[in-house]
Amino acid sequence: MLFYALKRFGVAILVAVAVSIVTFSLLRFSGDPAAAMAGESATEEDIEYVRKHYGLDRPLPVQYADWAVKAMQGDFGESIYLKRAVSGILADRAPTTMILGALSLSFALILAIPLGVLAAMFPNTLVDRVALGIAVIGQALPSFFFALIMIIVFGVWLRWLPISGHASWLNFIMPSIALGYYATPAIMRLTRAGMMDVMSSDYIRTARAKGLKPRVVLFKHALRNAIIPVVSLSAVQLGFMLGGSIVIETIFSLNGLGNLAWQSIQRSDFEVMQAIVLTIASFYILLTFLADLLNAFLDPRIRVS
Amino acid sequence: MAERILSVDNLKVEIPVPSGMLHAVQGVSFKVDRGETLCIVGESGCGKSLTSLAIMDLLPTKANRTAERLELHGKNVLDIPEDEMADIRGNLMGMIFQEPMTSLNPAYTIGNQLEEALIRHRKVSRDEARDRAVYLLEKVGITAARSRLRQYPHQLSGGLRQRVMIAMTLMCGPGLIIADEPTTALDVTIQAQILLLLAELQKEFDMGLILITHDLGVVARVADRVCVMYAGQVVEQGSAKQVFENPTHPYTQGLLECIPIPGKTARGSHLGSIPGIVPSLVGEMNCCHFSDRCPYATDICRTQTVDLRQGFTADHDFRCVLTSEQCAENLKQKVPA
Amino acid sequence: MANGTVAAKLPSAQEILEPSASSLLLKRVFGHAGMTIGGGVLLFIFLIAILAPLLAPHDPFDQDLSKRFLDPVWGAKGTWLHPLGTDGFGRDYLSRMMFGAQTSLLIGFAAMLISGVIGTALGVAAGYFGGRVDMIITFIITTRLAMPVILVALVVVALIGSSLNIVIWVLGLLIWDRFAVVMRATTQQVRSMDYIAAAKALGCSTTRIIFTEIMPNVANALIVVATLEVAHAVLLEAALSFLGLGVQPPTPSWGLMISEGKGMMFFKAWVIAIPGFALFMLVLCINLMGDGIRDVTAPENRN
Repeated sequence: MLFYALKRFGVAILVAVAVSIVTFSLLRFSGDPAAAMAGESATEEDIEYVRKHYGLDRPLPVQYADWAVKAMQGDFGESIYLKRAVSGILADRAPTTMILGALSLSFALILAIPLGVLAAMFPNTLVDRVALGIAVIGQALPSFFFALIMIIVFGVWLRWLPISGHASWLNFIMPSIALGYYATPAIMRLTRAGMMDVMSSDYIRTARAKGLKPRVVLFKHALRNAIIPVVSLSAVQLGFMLGGSIVIETIFSLNGLGNLAWQSIQRSDFEVMQAIVLTIASFYILLTFLADLLNAFLDPRIRVS
Repeated sequence: MAERILSVDNLKVEIPVPSGMLHAVQGVSFKVDRGETLCIVGESGCGKSLTSLAIMDLLPTKANRTAERLELHGKNVLDIPEDEMADIRGNLMGMIFQEPMTSLNPAYTIGNQLEEALIRHRKVSRDEARDRAVYLLEKVGITAARSRLRQYPHQLSGGLRQRVMIAMTLMCGPGLIIADEPTTALDVTIQAQILLLLAELQKEFDMGLILITHDLGVVARVADRVCVMYAGQVVEQGSAKQVFENPTHPYTQGLLECIPIPGKTARGSHLGSIPGIVPSLVGEMNCCHFSDRCPYATDICRTQTVDLRQGFTADHDFRCVLTSEQCAENLKQKVPA
Repeated sequence: MANGTVAAKLPSAQEILEPSASSLLLKRVFGHAGMTIGGGVLLFIFLIAILAPLLAPHDPFDQDLSKRFLDPVWGAKGTWLHPLGTDGFGRDYLSRMMFGAQTSLLIGFAAMLISGVIGTALGVAAGYFGGRVDMIITFIITTRLAMPVILVALVVVALIGSSLNIVIWVLGLLIWDRFAVVMRATTQQVRSMDYIAAAKALGCSTTRIIFTEIMPNVANALIVVATLEVAHAVLLEAALSFLGLGVQPPTPSWGLMISEGKGMMFFKAWVIAIPGFALFMLVLCINLMGDGIRDVTAPENRN
């Protein structure tokens, strides 16, 4: 188990390093960062000054090493627009995105797992069809369009929910649904398929042959095994949601990392963009690593070997 | 006379399939007494496994079960509510399955899975259940039983898992155990051990045992009574002694020719085989099911159904248009003395 | 773990290839009609996109500020002159919808082709050669999966400057992961078949084996993923354009139309409902099509 965890951790670190290199190169090769930072009305001299001042005239590997060493110490440079340390800005904005991510995943799981289980228990019934219908729509509905519809219906027509800002928990309801709904089909499909698979397995027959109550057979013996792959998928989906938060946070003016990313793109705030991409990628890597550990914890075949 | 544990009368299992109705089990009747081993023999697909699942009421949901009588300890268990049936399963009768590798839940320890049945049915404490589990694990020949309780199924070999399965069915001290090909998935050397173990435990705990197998060698060693099934029907049943000494139905005769018997089968002689394949059980069949493989089949066999009739003794039935004397004569001519 | 030597863990190809919800639903309701309906509507959208220059009642770029936000025909003051009304610049909405279909389909297919080439090459190489090659490619896929697609696309597009071609290339270079995952798994399966060993024994070259033995046998999975990726690219393009960093005005794009109509949506909901619904239908039909192909080509359905 320890060996397994260490191996996974090593891979996670390697992936993080690779992501940082790719992110760094991507941003350097996509244009002249000095020109972008200096702004549209800048003269040649201005751009040259920015290039020197930010050390952008040094060879790329040197720049990367410098940036990476500082990033590891939590120093992502300074925002050219906000004139503040990037790490401080990220720390201010991150909680909102974390809350949004957690709520979205909770929404997705609360909707997807019971529906997936019910659909597996009663295949070809009304429950199954409703569940599948939700999945079909979820796969095809663009989340930003869904968000706008919710704003019109619940924000403007019914006036139940606030449509922008982050003043109270009510502000998080619609964004979480818009973001979480997108992950629902995948989780539901996997739960349904997993439950169908497990329910027809030999050990479920054994459990029934022991005379266990249907509730015990379902929750203790079936769901426990069917849920294992859902853990990995949830981590992946949560990672996608953090990436997708840029669209949803922008629509609902939620003051999180996604919104900050969009603002920084508008302002050509180079250091902030770079830091956000790396932060969200790191979260994804961390999440999949934790999911691997949780998987191993849930599955004795990995844990005890 | 020993206590009657199980009575089955005219048990039928039907499964709707795309091409019609599959008559998987067509009116099977038998009884099991305390301390008695009934072997149900037949090739794959003859309905022997479905018969056992039907007794446990564990058939797939789309399968349809009917019977004139299904009694456990003289109490009707046919068409009773599922929760009453669940009280009986694992409590008054237990079942051992073919695949020890997949019949245990990979997510829980052996101990957990052993204890839960006893806790469920007897409302005992976990400590009491654990003591019982250790006692039974030792009974089924597992060493260091107490530390095994903390192991997971994937840490045990197939043979050990099957021993655990056996211990699991014994947890509540059931009067009847059904073992559905319990040794098929195991190594040949392990097979014999598991079988002997089952037979010993059956004697020791004085239970009824239904052993389902396609291996006549197994039957010869442990059976008190034998029930030969072919294509959904019982074709011959009786005491093991009768069936082995006076096999009457041509199918049983054919089966017995297929296995070498030490001391009886001559060295180097050819073993028999039964040509042909099992008929499809979809739809109605108005003929003897064995007619297209039977060496003695006549037009009558192919045009009318055949009922069970009494053989040489009162406790011996077979399903053939020929009389028992004619059958015996056939056998005599076939086996050169 | 089964893939103990492989450095990283990938999402399973099964999750992607397993018959999905929509196919199951529609198969139960209409048999294989899901594919027929999806295909039919898709063909309809295709024809509209191709024939847009002929069919469109107006020039999609023709502005008339005196006719801003005219209602569609079903609205209070709607006329057949502008069946779907006009936008904030007085441009005919129906014409812009038709040309918008061009944009969506063009980007969807082009991005799918680029990502398909990259993903298939990587996936087949990893699956066929195994060992160290597999380890490296798996690591590349894992790295790619860790990068947030929308965010990276937005940043890159913002820095390079956005245009139709840029959007196509950025998406194409980003969304090859599913191709790679599925092709890797499928190739691994095919590779263990006897006929590959037979081809090797006959002395066929690696290139020959990959193109004549492997590719035909992974083609079904490839087509399914390709369909799904068209839908994925269409959705991403819409999201980018919605955020103002995809297709640039005045080029018509459904995502951009939703973005442009956002300001009016509280007063005239149809402004966003029309392009939004079109987007939903397009993606739905592509998915139905993909699920249909998967069902039809699934080995267990071939008798």
